[in-house]
Amino acid sequence: MYGFLIAVGVVLLLSIVWMVYRIQTLVSVVKGSDKKIATGSNKVNAFLFLVFLVAIGGLMFWYSIKEFHNYQLPIASEHGAVTDNLFWVTMAVTGIVFIITHILLFIFPYKYQYKEDRKASFYPENNKLEVIWTAVPAVVLAILVITGWMAWSDITAPAPEKAHVVEIMGYQFAWDIRYPGQDNVLGDYDYRLTTAINPMGIDFTDQNSVDDFPSPVVVIPKGEPVLFKIRARDVLHSVFAPHMRLKMDAVPGMPTRFWFVPTKTTAEMRAELNDPEFVYEIACTEICGRGHNSMRRVIEVVEPEEYQKWLTEQKTFLQMNPALAEGIEVEVKEVAEIQ
Amino acid sequence: MATASVATHDTAHDHHDHEHHDNFVTKYIFSTDHKMIGKQFLVTGIFWALIGGLLSVLFRLQLGFPDMNLEWLRPLLGGWITETGQLDQTFYLALVTMHGTIMVFFVLTAGLSGTFSNFLIPLQIGARDMASGFMNMLSYWFFFISSVIMFISLFIKTGPAGGGWVVYPPLSALEQAIPGSGLGMTLWLIAMTFFIASSLLGGINYITTVINLRTKGMSFSRLPLTIWAFFLTAVIGLLSFPVLFAAALLLVFDRSFGTSFYLSDIYIGGEALPNTGGSPVLYQHLFWFLGHPEVYIVLLPALGITSEVIATNSRKPIFGYKAMIISMLGITILSFIVWAHHMFVSGMNPFLGSIFMFLTLIIAIPSAVKVFNYLTTLWRGNLIFTPAMLFSIGLVSFFISGGLTGIFLGNSAIDIQLHDTYFVVAHFHLVMGSASFFGLVAGVYHWFPKMFGRMMDARLGYVHFWLTFVGVYMVFFPMHYIGIAGFPRRYYSWTGFEFSNMYTDLNMFVSVAAIITFAAQFIFLFNFFYSMYRGRKATQNPWRSNTLEWTTPIHPGHGNWPGEIPTVYRWPYDYSKPGAKEDFIPQTVPLSATPESNLPHEQELVKLELEIMKEESEALVANEAKES
Repeated sequence: MYGFLIAVGVVLLLSIVWMVYRIQTLVSVVKGSDKKIATGSNKVNAFLFLVFLVAIGGLMFWYSIKEFHNYQLPIASEHGAVTDNLFWVTMAVTGIVFIITHILLFIFPYKYQYKEDRKASFYPENNKLEVIWTAVPAVVLAILVITGWMAWSDITAPAPEKAHVVEIMGYQFAWDIRYPGQDNVLGDYDYRLTTAINPMGIDFTDQNSVDDFPSPVVVIPKGEPVLFKIRARDVLHSVFAPHMRLKMDAVPGMPTRFWFVPTKTTAEMRAELNDPEFVYEIACTEICGRGHNSMRRVIEVVEPEEYQKWLTEQKTFLQMNPALAEGIEVEVKEVAEIQ
Repeated sequence: MATASVATHDTAHDHHDHEHHDNFVTKYIFSTDHKMIGKQFLVTGIFWALIGGLLSVLFRLQLGFPDMNLEWLRPLLGGWITETGQLDQTFYLALVTMHGTIMVFFVLTAGLSGTFSNFLIPLQIGARDMASGFMNMLSYWFFFISSVIMFISLFIKTGPAGGGWVVYPPLSALEQAIPGSGLGMTLWLIAMTFFIASSLLGGINYITTVINLRTKGMSFSRLPLTIWAFFLTAVIGLLSFPVLFAAALLLVFDRSFGTSFYLSDIYIGGEALPNTGGSPVLYQHLFWFLGHPEVYIVLLPALGITSEVIATNSRKPIFGYKAMIISMLGITILSFIVWAHHMFVSGMNPFLGSIFMFLTLIIAIPSAVKVFNYLTTLWRGNLIFTPAMLFSIGLVSFFISGGLTGIFLGNSAIDIQLHDTYFVVAHFHLVMGSASFFGLVAGVYHWFPKMFGRMMDARLGYVHFWLTFVGVYMVFFPMHYIGIAGFPRRYYSWTGFEFSNMYTDLNMFVSVAAIITFAAQFIFLFNFFYSMYRGRKATQNPWRSNTLEWTTPIHPGHGNWPGEIPTVYRWPYDYSKPGAKEDFIPQTVPLSATPESNLPHEQELVKLELEIMKEESEALVANEAKES
């Protein structure tokens, strides 16, 4: 019944719209306005451009300012401050261009709307103008590119040797974390060694993997360089830590990396934001299948001393699951057991 | 040249005779008339735009109203609505994928370039038809086959392709990874193969026609900017689509024949695959070698249409005609050497990233020049706001808004944070999606009288424009905020993360705006089909335009001009020329006929022109004497 009433209402509404449309068409034919070059609508449209400029422009600025603290994520890495700075410089430059061009674009239609007694200026070209507005953007862009390039070179430079290594492996649909242990060297892996109990395919015959340990949380020290070694086991994934301004694809068959220096511990950020629940997160930003939106890992940034303490408390893969030691050489096994 | 004009004279008679024998099939279905093929592309494009738009409304429902019970969609979506009345997560990804594929290729490539290149090239350069009418017909029918296959893939049990419109392997190569990578992906690849063939057949024709079949006097420096745009678009397509074909072919091999071009070190579904040595990044390079030029394949025709519409309705010559051509040439060349800016964080060598950052930001310069030229064209014009003009001004606005955000994304350091977030979604939907869509709509409003001999209703056009213009900004502008906040693309839901567990209100707003904008398109649809049969009858040159198509009869037959093809004596932008009686002088008016408005350098050309005309008429008389 309800649906029927809605249907009747829609039909009525449509027929009214239809009537209005027919009437205005007939009226315009009678008035002969369809023969004119520009009708009264021309004025209305010209005026609407002004309205659009003021109303939508105002709305954009109001919302951009009102919401600033909401969409501007706090920065928690050294290079993040640099890239955010670049972002806002670019925003200022492009913002000025955006405003000027749009004021012109919407004021011209109002100012130069059709008038029967006026003739448009015949103004086909001006090479000087063309040169100016080729050169000025070129110079501005060159400055933006060079600053961007310098930041990019620093960010992608090889990691410092003392960087703390963390391995992150993406798979459908989670991240696995591996720490290299005391030697700060990750053991070899081979995807063919992957089993239910060895999801990262670690090669435990490699001496370096003996002290490797897993962790459900990415724990990293504040103020010291951290190197993420990133890989994937099945399809493409992408490590995205929004507060760290960090993103790097995880590619099966081609390990990638990203190093950075965290600047605020989780505790500090909680105090700063006045949010006791706050955590740093890792998300996936490369479409990877059904659970793409659920690949969450938490990053915990702690003071360096706390980090050292945490390192010593961790159990290695082999300690947690002695079955992994099956088939490896006796000497290696002994070393593992001592630890 | 004299003999050529006589030859075309004869064929005109032939065409005229044949026209009465055209039956329904040869006239409307297997037509070789470029005008009919253009209309076929247009109608198919509109069909796809509706499907593509509908898909976006479906996933916007999920994003804006995640808790809504979608049980009422079950008659349409069947099993893709879960038992709890939610949209299936995998199907969500398929919707996103198909929306992208359909909009980029089927609507904005075939629907835009296919329609207007076909319809306008012969009309505006003064040719009877395309260089090869048969190839042109094949081009449409390959596109049609491609459409049918892609459409069927929407309805199969495992769902259509679901790995994003870029279909990156290994996701797109492994059925175990996502159900859409099974039969759906196979159909996607077959459909795209036909699509590429269609594009190439069309492109070769456009290029050949523009180079070889221009009428007398129509030098390259007198071509309307629309033709320049279509020409360069075809060149880009011809050079880049084969690379997509190569990428797709290797993907087919990886999927079906056990090769390892893109696959390496994969453990999935409880087993380690034997593939080693391949590289997923190789696919990305190949894909974006088409993918980035594709942006310009979509955009350049829209910019060409806009140039024409803005000049006509400003009653002013387009400002900087040569600068416009040079910037389009610049864009054409640069479009091939910027592709890897889609891959800054793909794991490729960072040094390569630096190179591509430099090249990418260079391409912003010709784009900026175009914008400034449009603005100067409007300046001190005498502006008539036809619906086409409104949409063209809207296009320039989107081109600016979306283009400026490209400067952020082209900067690899800034792109680290913004890559694959909603900032990117906002960027390309404005600069390539909406801008090109507005170009398409502007073109339809402007050339509708030439296509169907009737006018579209202007008032409905105004309502359509304002609803769509405001609507598009309301949909895509808020996405910048969501993107800066780090919301990733292609997420079914953001509530799983604390950093993105907000902006439910803004997403709801975007969804409502999207639904209203989509609904507003039905005004256009009504206007389009109603005006086709009941619209006001068009005059021969309703916009008082200079270009050649308006010298054809109101209903041009196959062959376009009943008699001789007109000769061209001037460039197409002599609007409001000082001294002239009217505010436009068509390209067919000789300089010698307008001594009052000729510029000094044109006055010198008059003598040359008179000599050529004299020779011409002598040759004509001689030929006619021979015939009789």
